[in-house]
Amino acid sequence: MTLRIINHGLSTSIQDLGRPGYFHLGIPLGGAMDRFSLRVANMLVGNPEDAACFEVVFLGPKIEFTKTAIVAVTGAELPVRVDGEPRDNWSSFEVKAGQVLSFDFLKSGARAYIAIGGGIDTPPALGSRSTYPIGALGGVDGRNIEAGDEIPVGTSTSATAGLNVKEEFRRLPESPARLRVLPGLYWHRITEASGNSFFEDEWTVAPEADRMGYRFKGGRPLEFVDREQPFGAGADPSNIVDGCYSYGSIQVPGGKEPIVLHRDAVSGGGYFTLGAIISADMDFIGQLQPHATVKFEKVDLAGASLARAERKQMLARIRKELG
Amino acid sequence: MKTRYTHGGDEHIYVEIDDEMSLDAFFKSLSMSNAVRDAKINGVTEICPANASFQVRFDPDVIEPEEMMRQVKKLEAKAEGAEKRMDTRIVEIPVLYQDPWTHETLMRFRERHQDPTGSDLDYAARINGYASVEDFITAHHSQPWFVSMVGFVAGLPFLYQLVEREKQLQVPKYLSPRTDTPKLTVGYGGCFSCIYSVRGAGGYQMFGITPMPIYDPEQKISYLKEFMVFFRPGDIVKWKPIERGEYDEIVAAVEAGTYQPRIAEVEFDLEDFNADMAGTNARLMEALNDA
Repeated sequence: MTLRIINHGLSTSIQDLGRPGYFHLGIPLGGAMDRFSLRVANMLVGNPEDAACFEVVFLGPKIEFTKTAIVAVTGAELPVRVDGEPRDNWSSFEVKAGQVLSFDFLKSGARAYIAIGGGIDTPPALGSRSTYPIGALGGVDGRNIEAGDEIPVGTSTSATAGLNVKEEFRRLPESPARLRVLPGLYWHRITEASGNSFFEDEWTVAPEADRMGYRFKGGRPLEFVDREQPFGAGADPSNIVDGCYSYGSIQVPGGKEPIVLHRDAVSGGGYFTLGAIISADMDFIGQLQPHATVKFEKVDLAGASLARAERKQMLARIRKELG
Repeated sequence: MKTRYTHGGDEHIYVEIDDEMSLDAFFKSLSMSNAVRDAKINGVTEICPANASFQVRFDPDVIEPEEMMRQVKKLEAKAEGAEKRMDTRIVEIPVLYQDPWTHETLMRFRERHQDPTGSDLDYAARINGYASVEDFITAHHSQPWFVSMVGFVAGLPFLYQLVEREKQLQVPKYLSPRTDTPKLTVGYGGCFSCIYSVRGAGGYQMFGITPMPIYDPEQKISYLKEFMVFFRPGDIVKWKPIERGEYDEIVAAVEAGTYQPRIAEVEFDLEDFNADMAGTNARLMEALNDA
């Protein structure tokens, strides 16, 4: 069956859990910015957890179904309607052939995930359907969805309506959002005072916030430890000899505005990084709107492992309850 | 050269072989990242070699970060013993220097440049002590380059010139990055040249453009049918200056599916190179004559 895109919203893309294995060629993992919400959306409609969904940013699309299917919407609080009638988020419901799925205005969060029983079935590129527009891979001919597109969906035998996820499992960031950081990488480049101010200050999400990275502003500028710049690094004290970037790594060009690289990260470059957001908190970044306030919190490896285990446990509990 | 190991969050190990660029540091980072690949450590998902560093990405549910760190550190001694020699290829890349497209773009972003009065090439020639842009262009293409990293975005090569350090060209990046760079721009930042594989943002100075695509997600271009990315670390590049007429001919040949890049198999030995750079480069470039 196919879905007819009547209106694509602001920026709606097809995403799954990404395409590992090509970062050494500059092709990023990609995939859902909020992987937790994508997994849960798929569980609700009986799909494999890595099936492709729509990732909706801020403004929902309008989609006509040509066949009856089971649908679930997770992530941001984006009120759902089927032919104008409200449906619950974080729940599975039926959309009949000929009916239209639409959305009201966003209440909180930034990205919603629409899973359809059977999963979106566009052609994979390098093992994934995730859309990477810079490299024209995945999605619909390498781009986001547009009005007029016909999107193929697989068939499902396991989807049932009426499942829902408990409130306590509907993860969205608090305000201010707490983003935990493991200091490392080129942490030694900044002074001790700047290392402290980075964690003391409150930061806000700048308008430049997308799948490649989130920029933050409002904190004090960082100062660098004096040194003669190494050969090949470039003149600015925030420059290094171009190296790889970690997902979640925090670069601060010129010491001014931190940028956290996300799923569509550039794979390398010439800016120092002071550490990285721990894997358990990456999903939260995808749910931050511009102007949201953020506090970075220092953790060690044990703290990072514990947070990851907690998140994993939560997914396991949801899996069991929906299973 | 002192190796520095660090964690990049809980999913990456980052290894800086040296904080400055050199071919020694590149070879060691490549040897070590190869050793990590050969060790087939359970849980590793990505191994990314860079200019003078490399990164390993792994699944911490399979292998804990501290254990991953121990495994990577163990491989340093083995990599140090590896021979600094590789079988690779030299590729001739045609370049139209001072082309109209990068010129239009650099004029559009002039307020972000160190020297708004001239072109990027005027500026680069002056700060590197060349009497003319033509002399600077000659320095850029007369000796071969080494692909020391592929990345940033899809298939973009970073290139390091095979000359003594005092002959290396160096230019800063734009004061503030451009929001646009033409596809296939030949750029320059720090001591690295690059080819922008796709159109997009960029901070490197712009010197020219090549008619030869190096990334094709549709895999329709004759020489990109097997894989969509042309370059790999260790490739050697010889820029060939061309005029507008030849540029247009190559563009047409690429579209017709008849263009074949000039490529020759070569061996590169770092010790031979360090002992005789001019002789080694001459041999590398001669190999292209038979291609």
